[in-house]
Amino acid sequence: MKRLNPYLTGGITPDWIDYLIAFQEAGADAVEIGLPFSDPMLDGATIQQASDQALRRGVTVASILADLTAARDRIRIPLIAMTYANLVFRGAPAHGGGPEAFCRRLADAGVSGLIVPDVPVDEADRLDEAAAAAGIDLVLLAAPVTPADRLAEIGRRSRGFVYAVSVMDTTGERALLAETAAPLARRIKEVTDLPVLIGFGISTPAQAAAAARTGDGVVIGAALMRRVLDGASPDDLRAEVAAFRTALDQVDQEMPVARAHAEISGDRR
Amino acid sequence: MNATAPGAVIGSVMGEPSATGRFGQFGGRYVPESLVPACAALEAAFRDAWADPAFHERLARLRSEFAGRPTALTPALNLSAQLGVTLLLKREDLAHTGSHKINNVLGQALLAQRMGKTHLIAETGAGQHGVATATAAALFGMRATVYMGERDIARQQLNVFRMELLGAEVIPVTSGSRTLKDATNEAMRAWVAAVDEAHFCLGSVGGPHPYPWLVRELQRVIGEEARAQVPATPDVVVACVGGGSNAAGTFAGFVDTPARLIGVEAAGGAAMTDGRPGVVHGYRSLVLQDDDGQVLEAESIAAGLDYPGVGPEHAHLGTTGRAEYRTVTDGEVLDAVRRLARSEGIICALESAHAVAWVLRAAGTPDLPTGSTVLLTLSGRGDKDMATLAGEVR
Ligand SMILES: Cc1ncc(COP(=O)(O)O)c(C=O)c1O
Repeated sequence: MKRLNPYLTGGITPDWIDYLIAFQEAGADAVEIGLPFSDPMLDGATIQQASDQALRRGVTVASILADLTAARDRIRIPLIAMTYANLVFRGAPAHGGGPEAFCRRLADAGVSGLIVPDVPVDEADRLDEAAAAAGIDLVLLAAPVTPADRLAEIGRRSRGFVYAVSVMDTTGERALLAETAAPLARRIKEVTDLPVLIGFGISTPAQAAAAARTGDGVVIGAALMRRVLDGASPDDLRAEVAAFRTALDQVDQEMPVARAHAEISGDRR
Repeated sequence: MNATAPGAVIGSVMGEPSATGRFGQFGGRYVPESLVPACAALEAAFRDAWADPAFHERLARLRSEFAGRPTALTPALNLSAQLGVTLLLKREDLAHTGSHKINNVLGQALLAQRMGKTHLIAETGAGQHGVATATAAALFGMRATVYMGERDIARQQLNVFRMELLGAEVIPVTSGSRTLKDATNEAMRAWVAAVDEAHFCLGSVGGPHPYPWLVRELQRVIGEEARAQVPATPDVVVACVGGGSNAAGTFAGFVDTPARLIGVEAAGGAAMTDGRPGVVHGYRSLVLQDDDGQVLEAESIAAGLDYPGVGPEHAHLGTTGRAEYRTVTDGEVLDAVRRLARSEGIICALESAHAVAWVLRAAGTPDLPTGSTVLLTLSGRGDKDMATLAGEVR
């Protein structure tokens, strides 16, 4: 089954947990929870705004994890934290800081995966160990420019899935699925048996379906966060995510012949 | 001007960083996977160029024929007499474009050309690095895109006009503090999207490996020239610290002497003094941040020092005690600009005035005893700051 991982900026609104529940009800397989950082280097305008909005509300890692802990009984799908290195490495182990404590705090709040876009595989040793010790899957990212030897290492060391960054750009909506998405997903699948989820710029159910014909699923971020920033309700977002779910389920039902045809014609609608 | 000999001892003081780009526990390459190959390619190109005499020859010619190097060493006779110390000014304000930033940019533009790049992307605070980048782009026939915080655009108008006259595109950055921190984020984002044809021409000794090393080596010319110009080893070597490139270049020339090395930060942007270990803009160093790890906005009258981080090698030099760091306030800086102007006939940049302000405060105290000889790098000239100064200096 094709996987659907919508992204949600933690604390973006006071009722942000309701969006999470709406994503779950709409058929999300997991939700990526953004822990907002002041300087999100790999995020475009929409997720920057979402992060700023949350930070202006006084949201912290601690408050987000507390909200998740409080909502534990309502959450049935895996949660994956997505944040930047500074929040992960903050502080010394002697003072309750460092990646070891960070990963334990995530695990205590029911989070089972972690994505840190500014920690590439070369810088991941300590975090790798800390995550493993806390039972957290450290998901590594691969990019269209990643050479073969690095890709093999990323495939070997990633846990949970491999995140295929579909495009040489920041997060943000795009009119078309990037041409680099499918070739990257194929290259990753050659080096690992882990699922490959394609993210960055996937903005419509049609694009999600096109991506899922090569990958094992998609991550949807900016397209959803823009709706939330514009004031859309959890119910609105439930419908939005459900449309992505339907599109992915249709890919599952496609006959192999239809799939081959779509790949040949580069179907992106 | 000798370059570091290829094969210089790794990990020696102000030598080559470790294989992972570390100076002690600081540095590294904390960038998205999309940028890792570009950083690796830059490192390889730099190693290759730095071992190539032809590259050094081209750089040396550009420095002398275009940038006006070597810059003068000026004894500040009047101030020396007033303060009871011997104050020697390394005049980076006399370098073409008006600051030390040209040293770095000429080297990086040559590297970019060697790598077949056609586009320079830069961040700038005071605009001096942006002007230097625009200048090199014009000279090398490249395209230049400069990211600059909206707030800095307003206070450094002259440099915006200069960049545009030179043919660069200046893109206002409206996020966050609308200063250098956010301009750097935006430049790195732009680099991700243009990594094939663009070189990120980073302006100071921060950023992912190899930038802190590369930029320090390109700024080393300040310290090496000064070392050859001073009559004897100074007691104290002082420079202002934003990201820390003019200080790093100056210190590199004196790190193996008994001279004390002093970096002067803006009180409102003092990562060495008030920062805690953190990762931002691709490197681990000392960073102004809150308890939750959110980066704090710096606040300084000098746009070039209005930055919450500092180059990783400074964090290392400070931690090991080889260099010391001090802070001065905006008020002291304004006084220093006026005092240097009236005593020596030199109007320096607000950034550079931080080093002057420390000398004014410390002279005659145990921190800088009477009779000391001080080498001070005057990193830039003050033309860009006239609007700010007109409003502040009575
Ligand atoms: C004249 C001048 N001095 C100093 C600086 C600070 O940079 P760094 O600390 O890298 O020398 C700047 C930066 O814009 C500058 O324009």
